[in-house]
Amino acid sequence: MNKVLLEIQGLRKQYGIVEVLKGVDCTMQEGEVISIIGSSGSGKTTMLRCINMLEEFQGGHIRLEGEEIGYEHNGSSRKRKSEKDIARQRALTGMAFQQFNLFPHMTAAQNIMLGLVKVKKMPRDEARAVAEKWLDRVGLASRADHYPGQLSGGQQQRVAIARAIAMSPRLMLFDEVTSALDPELVGEVLQVIKGLAADGMSMLLVTHEMRFAYEVSSRVIFMNQGVICEEGNPKEMFVKPKTERLAEFLKTSSFN
Amino acid sequence: MGYTLNFAAVWRSLDQLLEGLLLSLGLAFVSILIGAAIGLLVAFALIAKNGWIKRPAAAYVTVIRNLPILVLVLFAYFALPQMGVRLGKLESFVAVLSIYSGAYLAEVFRAGLLSIPKGLTEAGLAIGLTPLQIRISIITPLMFRNVLPSLSSTVISLFKDTSLAAAIAVPELTFEARKINVESFRVIETWIVASGLYVATCSVLAALMRVAERRLSVPR
Amino acid sequence: MMDLYSFFDQVWIARLAILKGLGITISISVLSIIVGSLLGVLVGLSLVYGNRVVRFVVRVYTDFIRGTPVLVLVLASYYVLSTIGIDLGPFQAGVLALAIFCSSHVGEIVRGGLQAIPKGQTEAAKAIGLTFNQTFAYVLWPQALRQFLPAWVNTAAEMVKASTLLSVIGVAELLLRTQEIISRNFMSLQFYFFAGFLYFVINYSIERFGKYVERKTAVPA
Repeated sequence: MNKVLLEIQGLRKQYGIVEVLKGVDCTMQEGEVISIIGSSGSGKTTMLRCINMLEEFQGGHIRLEGEEIGYEHNGSSRKRKSEKDIARQRALTGMAFQQFNLFPHMTAAQNIMLGLVKVKKMPRDEARAVAEKWLDRVGLASRADHYPGQLSGGQQQRVAIARAIAMSPRLMLFDEVTSALDPELVGEVLQVIKGLAADGMSMLLVTHEMRFAYEVSSRVIFMNQGVICEEGNPKEMFVKPKTERLAEFLKTSSFN
Repeated sequence: MGYTLNFAAVWRSLDQLLEGLLLSLGLAFVSILIGAAIGLLVAFALIAKNGWIKRPAAAYVTVIRNLPILVLVLFAYFALPQMGVRLGKLESFVAVLSIYSGAYLAEVFRAGLLSIPKGLTEAGLAIGLTPLQIRISIITPLMFRNVLPSLSSTVISLFKDTSLAAAIAVPELTFEARKINVESFRVIETWIVASGLYVATCSVLAALMRVAERRLSVPR
Repeated sequence: MMDLYSFFDQVWIARLAILKGLGITISISVLSIIVGSLLGVLVGLSLVYGNRVVRFVVRVYTDFIRGTPVLVLVLASYYVLSTIGIDLGPFQAGVLALAIFCSSHVGEIVRGGLQAIPKGQTEAAKAIGLTFNQTFAYVLWPQALRQFLPAWVNTAAEMVKASTLLSVIGVAELLLRTQEIISRNFMSLQFYFFAGFLYFVINYSIERFGKYVERKTAVPA
């Protein structure tokens, strides 16, 4: 019944001589919520960024709904797809960043409308309506015409999530979206993500919030030194880790 | 000193001076506009990773910035015809000042581009914008806001450079002032009024830039 | 080939004129930088440490100079000084104008350098019992100097470029010499190129030197 949404095969990525991803394999069904955990430098953020082609990768395949992401393969050789093609593929996935990355010269609504108007060629008034709908969803209907500088960190991150989700992506990527926030603002952002999960949105989250990963994910992936070290159901993984490494990692990260 | 100030002759020629000032402003406006377009393209070239794009841009900026503008003005007007490029006084001066401003503005813009966080480009890419769309909708407007404070002094100095047009007899403010000086012998008065007009115009330009800065600054 | 040969031939014929012009250009630049910098340091110090009246007067002076094109300063200095009975030749009048121009630039650089030093430095110096003069000499000035040396070197390049303006009042510096040479042999393209090349070499060397100074004076961090 479930359909494969994302397929990653033998993903390799290196910076110069340093290999950060050493062959990652992973399959994701539609509607799944997967948290990727692991210490810094384990390659989890890099993997997320490869899916959106914000990082080039040197080997392996990423397929989204069966479509090859980023590169044209021809036997053993491969060629980077055209900038236009890649832009279209990027619009299939939405991404929320650690640093929000809202466009500071545009209001909350304009931030959301930009992609709708320029990429989806939506008329402005229609785009405005979509923007307002999503701002309402993240609880910021009254802030539509505020600039990012006039919003708190948590509010900015909610706008950034609305900006990504408004493009109706097939898959949402969250890259440590709460790491730059003051502790008291983390909750409101996680609440929004939980709401999206409840709607059946397919999501891939890189996070340090173990409690949240435990609650929201259908599956957890533990990465270590560029490979997937352990994966499974959060209830089993957090309570009875199979590998020494995960047990070690869980001990040092605050899970309470 | 035996010299009494008498502004009567200069007041009589005030129209002439003001017409000159108008021409100075016109020259500056057109040249800076063209120069800004050149400067923007060159600034993007300067931050390009590809050496074949970057090096010619860097060479252009270095060469122009190290040449006296008067040499360029004379070259364009007196030497280019030898190569078959015959331009009128105004056209040749505007061409020179545009190319000259292009180099200076490119430097200013480059600094502005470098101050834009990489994450904004990534956010643009993530919603499916092409690199060109990102440059147009996000990077360029933000860059302009960033550079407005330093743009002010560049614009003012380029406006002052229009005085060099006097060297090829373009009837702008300095040329007119010199003419009145020679005709009326009211030397001190002429130059007081002429430089007063320059100073006043520069202050107005600076004030306008400050207003633009305030109006365009990103709200916080 | 013929062209190139005749060009070098003409350069050889005009070698003395070119060298003399170059000499005058360098003298103008060096003199105006020295005089302008001395004046400029005074201007900068008055802007930072002067009382209200001094600050106001000096501020008006710098704003006025900075709002006026250098060519206007040169022309005004040349015509006005002789009118009020100060008989300077075009060379002196021109150098004076450039020095005044230079002083307003250097003044701003010095002011910026001094004001960039955190207040805590003065307070720390006071706390260990230094007088104002000692504080200035041992704490403030050395820091400000590092700040503005690179910018000051670049001012030198500005002065070399501005020296060309003296050709307008008949000082036989490099550009005027070039024009004279062209009026004899009509090789305007070649000789403007040649003059441009010489200016480029001088200014580019100054620019490189400025970068070098910038590296050298950077406070180790």
